Amino acid sequence: MIIHTLFFYLFSAITIASGLMVVSARNPVHSVLFLILAFFNAAGLFVLLGAEFLAMLLVVVYVGAVAVLFLFVVMMLDVDFVELRQGFLQYLPVGALVGIVLLAELLIGLSGWTFAPEAIATATSPIPNPAEVSNTAAIGHLLYTHYIFFFQVAGFVLLVAMIGAIVLTLRHKPNVKRQVIADQVSRSQKVDMHAVKPGQGV
Amino acid sequence: MNGFVDSYLIPGAILIGQSLLVLVLLLVSIAFILLADRKIWAAVQMRRGPNVVGPFGLLQSFADLLKFVFKEPVIPSSSNKGIFLLAPLVTVTLALAGWAVIPFNAGWVIANINVGILYLLAISSLGVYGIIMGGWASNSKYPFLSSLRAAAQMVSYEVSIGFVLVGVLLCVGSLNISDVVLSQQTGLGTKLGLPGSFLDWHFVPLFPLFIIFFISALAETNRPPFDLVEAESELVAGFMSEYGSTPYMMFMLGEYASICLMCAMTTILFLGGWLPPFNFVPFTWVPGIIWFVLKALLCFFMFAMVKAFVPRYRYDQLMRLGWKVFLPISLGMVVVVAAVLQIMGWAP
Repeated sequence: MIIHTLFFYLFSAITIASGLMVVSARNPVHSVLFLILAFFNAAGLFVLLGAEFLAMLLVVVYVGAVAVLFLFVVMMLDVDFVELRQGFLQYLPVGALVGIVLLAELLIGLSGWTFAPEAIATATSPIPNPAEVSNTAAIGHLLYTHYIFFFQVAGFVLLVAMIGAIVLTLRHKPNVKRQVIADQVSRSQKVDMHAVKPGQGV
Repeated sequence: MNGFVDSYLIPGAILIGQSLLVLVLLLVSIAFILLADRKIWAAVQMRRGPNVVGPFGLLQSFADLLKFVFKEPVIPSSSNKGIFLLAPLVTVTLALAGWAVIPFNAGWVIANINVGILYLLAISSLGVYGIIMGGWASNSKYPFLSSLRAAAQMVSYEVSIGFVLVGVLLCVGSLNISDVVLSQQTGLGTKLGLPGSFLDWHFVPLFPLFIIFFISALAETNRPPFDLVEAESELVAGFMSEYGSTPYMMFMLGEYASICLMCAMTTILFLGGWLPPFNFVPFTWVPGIIWFVLKALLCFFMFAMVKAFVPRYRYDQLMRLGWKVFLPISLGMVVVVAAVLQIMGWAP
């Protein structure tokens, strides 16, 4: 158990420190890299909790895909972050207020289980015993039976967002040569290979 | 105190010993695999390839190692030094970390975790960071363009790799890698009256997925014909342009380690891992690790041959192949495989 605790403090300390660095680093690329470090350590915390499926999902989705696109955009944008930072003190009270509200909600929401353990029984769907079923199976069971409607609707919303982004950005300019593979393949006069005899030509 | 020694110190020492053993064997094999790559390439082009250092040039990779290590590492003055040096480390660490969950034989695995396949997917999707960081930190045009290409390419092909994995996992019913291999003991071959043979392996019923996985693995590891990241006719040496000496060597090491990892993954997912091709005597005498290595080497031979005889793709063709060909086919295969398993009642 002692190693477990040590790793908990290691992961959480790095998560918090890299979270701080995300907002305080001067270079935006460094910020994104620290964000990735924070994701990574959050995944470590999930592993310590025994939620290995969520940990891997966090790495695959957030670190492997979302953060790559972040990094992509941040590297290509030429943003003067020193200028952006000038309003820092002005926005501090609003930012602090949002942060405090979020923290309070998390505390109220999550500490309820500690103060009143019977609250777990009021959950809309039963929480399976982790010893009996692997957490991949447990999540799949919950998601595809109890919450199938919400799951499908969430997927549909994402699909609509994706189609929206494509509609907004796709432009077919005239006079642009495009490769049409079907035309090339179905062309009647094919490029042939001939065995050319020396001195005679094709 | 005794409990501490028994429950932490001894398992910890065993784990470190196993990891070191795998690491050393892996690095030595990578040295020879690199040589094999160059030799095969040379043979296809009717050249001799490296043949000076040692008998048949066998020690060429070690000579190259010494050459790289003794050179002076040049760090460009306008580069971002921390990230510039971190990038090759990230590449090589991630490429080697994937090997922690690879089972070489029944029970021969460092970490037998329940979500092994997802771990491999996570590790291989992180590989792009080494390239992006190296390209950006070099503060030079060609490396930067190359790293942008790499990011787009690797993210695109991960999608189809993900769907291929879903297709395979539907037939397995577990994310544990050893279970993936063990599930290939029964299958098509058993139904045809040849139980425990190579017909049981996934590559027979899931042949389209096998092909898609192989080609996506080429793209994911930036191997030719998808090596647009380091296309020398367009981008000098891609993201490695500014690198030399040991950092460059680490990029190469990471690249070959992830190529070997992809070969091992192909072996495990489709070629039955350590299982012998026939379930009778001369084949079952051979230890599983030999079969595993032979199959992985066969995959690597195909990697090397493709490098030798397929011309490089153009960038828009690469993207078209990933998004318009592989993604629909693999997605369709997931639906077909799920439907067949459900209708026939074969679902695990």
